[in-house]
Amino acid sequence: MIRIESVTKRYPDGTMAVDRLSLEIPDRSITVLVGPSGCGKTTTLRMINRMVEPTEGTILLDGADIQRQPVTTLRRSMGYVIQNAGLFQHRTVVDNIATVPRMLGWGRQRARERAAELMERVGLDTALAKRYPYQLSGGQQQRVGVARALAADPPVLLMDEPFSAVDPVVRKGLQDELLRIQEELGKTIVFVTHDIDEAVKLGTMVAVLREGGRLAQYAPPAELLSDPADAFVEDFLGADRGIRGLSFLSTTALELTTDPVIPPDATAERIGAADAAHLLVTDGEGRPLGWSEPRRLTAGDIRPDRLLPYGRPFVPGVDSLRVALDCAVLSPTGWAVAVDDAGRVRGVVSQQTIGDAIRTAHQDGRTAHQDGRAGDEKVLG
Amino acid sequence: MSGFFDIPSDLQHSWAGLIGLHLREALIPVAAGLLLALPVAQLCGRFRRLYPPVLGLTTVLYAIPSLAFFVVLIDYTGQTELTVMIPLALYSLVVLIPAIVDGVRSVPDETLAAATAMGLGPVRRYTQVQLPIAAPAIIAGLRVATASSISLVSVGALIGNQGALGNLLAAAQKYDRPELAVNAVLTMAVLAILCDVLLVLLRVLLTPWMPRGARSGTKSGARPGRFEEAEVKAL
Ligand SMILES: Nc1ncnc2c1ncn2[C@@H]1O[C@H](COP(=O)(O)OP(=O)(O)OP(=O)(O)O)[C@@H](O)[C@H]1O
Ligand SMILES: [Mg+2]
Repeated sequence: MIRIESVTKRYPDGTMAVDRLSLEIPDRSITVLVGPSGCGKTTTLRMINRMVEPTEGTILLDGADIQRQPVTTLRRSMGYVIQNAGLFQHRTVVDNIATVPRMLGWGRQRARERAAELMERVGLDTALAKRYPYQLSGGQQQRVGVARALAADPPVLLMDEPFSAVDPVVRKGLQDELLRIQEELGKTIVFVTHDIDEAVKLGTMVAVLREGGRLAQYAPPAELLSDPADAFVEDFLGADRGIRGLSFLSTTALELTTDPVIPPDATAERIGAADAAHLLVTDGEGRPLGWSEPRRLTAGDIRPDRLLPYGRPFVPGVDSLRVALDCAVLSPTGWAVAVDDAGRVRGVVSQQTIGDAIRTAHQDGRTAHQDGRAGDEKVLG
Repeated sequence: MSGFFDIPSDLQHSWAGLIGLHLREALIPVAAGLLLALPVAQLCGRFRRLYPPVLGLTTVLYAIPSLAFFVVLIDYTGQTELTVMIPLALYSLVVLIPAIVDGVRSVPDETLAAATAMGLGPVRRYTQVQLPIAAPAIIAGLRVATASSISLVSVGALIGNQGALGNLLAAAQKYDRPELAVNAVLTMAVLAILCDVLLVLLRVLLTPWMPRGARSGTKSGARPGRFEEAEVKAL
């Protein structure tokens, strides 16, 4: 565990970059430092690997003061990833990744094998091994940066806005990849970003810093969204924190109904019996085809091309309430379609019912939020 | 009538011998200049306040005519090649130091931060990261220094025939054989071009990591202005 104890950094010109910051960074989880520009995130991160020395306070790594070990040893036990990757432009992809292993005295062959293994782990085609950084896209460079940081299998990974220079689609891919890698390798990751959405998506714990390097709040993301400590945090979270908080609520308990769901060969009685403004027609295997008003349906002659689109379905227990609500909002009928892993309809649910579920969840209190990491491919520590 | 390649015997060298001599007198100073420039540039990179005075000093040295150097040096080193080569080495600093400093500074901060964070100490950072990335700029500087050095060797003719091919210029006058002057100028030009081509080849070999098309290497160090200056000086 990394313990930051009342650490202060005042730069020689008098800038107060970090002000009596205390944080306990749990092992094998992602801790995110987030805050506006200049609030001391990079400074904090660099104090952990001693690229910046604190003015006051101590940092403990597994109980031992980081000042007590040689700085190069400390740094080699911590991978470091930065914006624009900071790759060595004069070295090929494999040689970039193999830098630390080579420095630790590994043979060339073993270091290269390790590099190839890591390329696969971070989702890079090993055919890129002999390329130089200029021959890679921004996203690929960033992946090389992550692979290089992981090369000597350090227990700690420090990441400073690693994904902020790539476009949103690539960024999402990299974030998902990081969550997957974290799940597989169980590193202790300290991740800096100024993007609150990224913080909420990746963080097991999120530390919100404010100008002057003071800690505004340190909490799991769900708690941050539901219970911001003050106006600054609330403002920083943005206008739709309520909606975003739904990402942490599960759809497992959502009440589904199969009443308006009919097979393609439904009889006239079945169509007439349904007490709903719209019916969802499925195909022979039970996969959704589309919505229709009952009076527009003729038993025995249901035409899929005449149906209203059913929008995007959600998978109960896998997707969050936010996804379910989104599906309902996008559905032309206001009903969200729930499917199983194979895409077969399990039932439908109205906006009304989802709204009730949200209220119930909120009433159940914050305790539910704290362990309720439903939805999203989240990783718990 | 004597031929284009018949060198008067008082020069004590054949044409090929003069070429060898010329290259030696031109290239050893550049190599020595590089050896001197590397640590000086490193210091200038470390202590930024040192750089402007060092640049000023090299410019002043460059402004001193070689004849003045010879007058001073001759008491110590006599009428030898060394007397010619010392000022040439000093002149080369005026392009080499800024070339190295700019080249090393062109290494992106992120790259350096990454190197530091990976636990590379200052020595490794310099030899494994900064110098290789600065190589194109350094070679650009070497190209200018080499070309100017090749033409500057001629002034050695002023002190007892130490000007290698430059001695032909004096001989052309003495024996009224203008073709010797043409020979000297052409040979020096060809040598300069050949050395330049070799340096370009060296850069291509050293920098497979540079995007094609961006290899012109004019980013730093090789200031065209200085090149012209050097040529003017050679006249
Ligand atoms: N070497 C330095 N000397 C003086 N002041 C510095 C130095 N490095 C950073 N600062 C100042 O310290 C404060 C915190 O800087 P830091 O880089 O930690 O911020 P940050 O949160 O990472 O910002 P950003 O999101 O813009 O990267 C800023 O006001 C910055 O100007
Ligand atoms: Mg920063």
